[in-house]
Amino acid sequence: MAAAGAAATHLEVARGKRAALFFAAVAIVLGLPLWWKTTETYRASLPYSQISGLNALQLRLMVPVTVVFTRESVPLDDQEKLPFTVVHEREIPLKYKMKIKCRFQKAYRRALDHEEEALSSGSVQEAEAMLDEPQEQAEGSLTVYVISEHSSLLPQDMMSYIGPKRTAVVRGIMHREAFNIIGRRIVQVAQAMSLTEDVLAAALADHLPEDKWSAEKRRPLKSSLGYEITFSLLNPDPKSHDVYWDIEGAVRRYVQPFLNALGAAGNFSVDSQILYYAMLGVNPRFDSASSSYYLDMHSLPHVINPVESRLGSSAASLYPVLNFLLYVPELAHSPLYIQDKDGAPVATNAFHSPRWGGIMVYNVDSKTYNASVLPVRVEVDMVRVMEVFLAQLRLLFGIAQPQLPPKCLLSGPTSEGLMTWELDRLLWARSVENLATATTTLTSLAQLLGKISNIVIKDDVASEVYKAVAAVQKSAEELASGHLASAFVASQEAVTSSELAFFDPSLLHLLYFPDDQKFAIYIPLFLPMAVPILLSLVKIFLETRKSWRKPEKTD
Amino acid sequence: MAVTDSLSRAATVLATVLLLSFGSVAASHIEVCTSRFWFNYRHVANTLSVYRSVKRLGIPDSHIVLMLADDMACNPRNPKPATVFSHKNMELNVYGDDVEVDYRSYEVTVENFLRVLTGRIPPSTPRSKRLLSDDRSNILIYMTGHGGNGFLKFQDSEEITNIELADAFEQMWQKRRYNELLFIIDTCQGASMYERFYSPNIMALASSQVGEDSLSHQPDPAIGVHLMDRYTFYVLEFLEEINPASQTNMNDLFQVCPKSLCVSTPGHRTDLFQRDPKNVLITDFFGSVRKVEITTETIKLQQDSEIMESSYKEDQMDEKLMEPLKYAEQLPVAQIIHQKPKLKDWHPPGGFILGLWALIIMVFFKTYGIKHMKFIF
Repeated sequence: MAAAGAAATHLEVARGKRAALFFAAVAIVLGLPLWWKTTETYRASLPYSQISGLNALQLRLMVPVTVVFTRESVPLDDQEKLPFTVVHEREIPLKYKMKIKCRFQKAYRRALDHEEEALSSGSVQEAEAMLDEPQEQAEGSLTVYVISEHSSLLPQDMMSYIGPKRTAVVRGIMHREAFNIIGRRIVQVAQAMSLTEDVLAAALADHLPEDKWSAEKRRPLKSSLGYEITFSLLNPDPKSHDVYWDIEGAVRRYVQPFLNALGAAGNFSVDSQILYYAMLGVNPRFDSASSSYYLDMHSLPHVINPVESRLGSSAASLYPVLNFLLYVPELAHSPLYIQDKDGAPVATNAFHSPRWGGIMVYNVDSKTYNASVLPVRVEVDMVRVMEVFLAQLRLLFGIAQPQLPPKCLLSGPTSEGLMTWELDRLLWARSVENLATATTTLTSLAQLLGKISNIVIKDDVASEVYKAVAAVQKSAEELASGHLASAFVASQEAVTSSELAFFDPSLLHLLYFPDDQKFAIYIPLFLPMAVPILLSLVKIFLETRKSWRKPEKTD
Repeated sequence: MAVTDSLSRAATVLATVLLLSFGSVAASHIEVCTSRFWFNYRHVANTLSVYRSVKRLGIPDSHIVLMLADDMACNPRNPKPATVFSHKNMELNVYGDDVEVDYRSYEVTVENFLRVLTGRIPPSTPRSKRLLSDDRSNILIYMTGHGGNGFLKFQDSEEITNIELADAFEQMWQKRRYNELLFIIDTCQGASMYERFYSPNIMALASSQVGEDSLSHQPDPAIGVHLMDRYTFYVLEFLEEINPASQTNMNDLFQVCPKSLCVSTPGHRTDLFQRDPKNVLITDFFGSVRKVEITTETIKLQQDSEIMESSYKEDQMDEKLMEPLKYAEQLPVAQIIHQKPKLKDWHPPGGFILGLWALIIMVFFKTYGIKHMKFIF
């Protein structure tokens, strides 16, 4: 009886041990992986290695230059060597992690007959008119014509000339080292028309360490897909002035051609408005010497803010807004002049603020008051106004006078107000800036997602990241092969995709739990289950060890 | 985000946040009040006072994100509706008539606040609800409400920890959404909120140290609640003397509200800031001064005088041809106000009345016995 009972309990104990082991096995083998999998956050894979490779990207900016030699520009035996190609490569010394190399690929060739004829005409403008080829030159490329040393195409003391449409003229030389000397001159001219260190430094100003904050570098607008330009007429005194401005005509005639010329740099939309009873926030002072009112330079910064709230620019669109204000001073404060720091009135009577826009003060001619019936009708001279506004627009975009090589003649202004190679300079700067921005965005996104392991990465975020990486690589390739237009478009795509990925609303880090809270959540769930299992395992283990030792002892 | 509260104190703290941002060496502001309920009137008054000072110094509304968690001005318990006062004897109405609240009531959540900071906003959000700052903006963030050691309470239901705030600032730095950032917090144990910052160019001020409570300034017997907190009250007195051209620097702001006036010890943190605080002007953050250049060059344009005249004539003709304007469909108000009131049909009494009488009759008969019924019916 006792033996049977002992056998029965032994069976029960064995069964109990098996049951406990089975529980433990299920908990560990099935339970733990299941818990891990179900509490995992979904993270799509990202190309981390490619993103870190982008930082070490070497940008090579190639400018294809076609150099055309006329007869008598270089010695005969040098002429025999034509055509051939010379490459001039230089690294831009910037303290930026991406290395940038500037490469001028000069393809030398002899002049064709019609080019010889054109270049022997009387003045440069005639020559250009004759040389105007039917197809436009690709963006980023240049053509340089080398004329003879004594040619009369250029004024005698000028060595080179830069034209409005990606062409330039350089004097040749009869010398043994003709090609070298001319090559250097050509590189100087080509650099002025495309890339110099200050253009790239301005583009990368946000990414470089801030030791030099010169006015030039802080002025340009950031690269964006589009811009909104608003022209506002401020009339604080409608009782005295009935101002009429033909803004639609002026935009159609002057602003639209300029924006069309800049079209490659982004989408532009233009609107206009008239604000009545809008005062400047600053009281002008009276200058008895000239019996006029003036605003001095120190009070100008305080003018903008009170007016800005009334402009309604924030409701317009998500693109950056440029405001151009035309202020017709009230009768009590007419005429109103802006004084520079020396106390002299400014010729344009206008000032601008980087990344915001410009303000011009339009004084009503005192002769119109002779009628002495208020309100006086004022017709705004839109040409004068648009000259100033377009100049301000150029400055805001960073299109400034390049550093010309010595003894170089710059062509006169064009009808649109923009030379084609100025657009090229802008596109080069913007492409580099876009690539820098996209790379920084992708790198910081990868860092963020790597550091905080709780953020969910959805598939569309991952696909935008892949698109951005591919676009950066494509843009770098296109820059290296000299296709500026497609490189710019690819760089814009890179920026758009990387910004979409970085600012995706789903990437919100809300899953930070302090350690004590994690314990507080899991302990009530797991402890009641784990304690019996662990204790029974410990008991089984101790008993098994005891049973091993017992046979040893008797042996 | 409903995080289980474990170590937080019993004192719940509501937060008000004021965010200000200045772009192009302009500033942006974010101002957040995270407190609900009438008795937290002072937090809303704090935020609105800072908002008002900042607007006085020239910041436009487009650069201010104001988040108020509750509506005190139109609260049914407000004896003076449409006003929020910040001084005893109702001297100063900070609500004014041009307040623009961007996030109101239940929209003030930790999630929305972090979204505003990091920019991860759904594309349909209007511009006024975004922080439109760039790498040249100086940002001021003012938060007030109830806080504890390492957290700030939002809406009495969730909290933001100092680690989340530090991470949000780091994300702003990575994307260069600020040039310099000034963080002011007026809560209990406010110094714990800036302990964990690790991004560069951040300066922080708090009204009290860890373990101390921030106290309120004065109650108002007419309104019945405390009107402001001490630290913000003295900061505002300080700001009233600032005008857009003043040269006061940050060291003066650090001296505001010493322990004798504030009872708590205000703290500040400047180790992450690159410039020396004595060279930092108050108007760098609280005012907005844009860089301005004189335009010295013009471009040459050709004049087309003929076209100008003909377009003028066209415009004159256009004016005469335009149709007279009229309003869209309107309510027929005259008909409505002269209608006779409709006679309502008679309805039998509702279920409640019937039930009540049934109960009364049942009780009566239960008490006095069913045999009395034959005398009634």
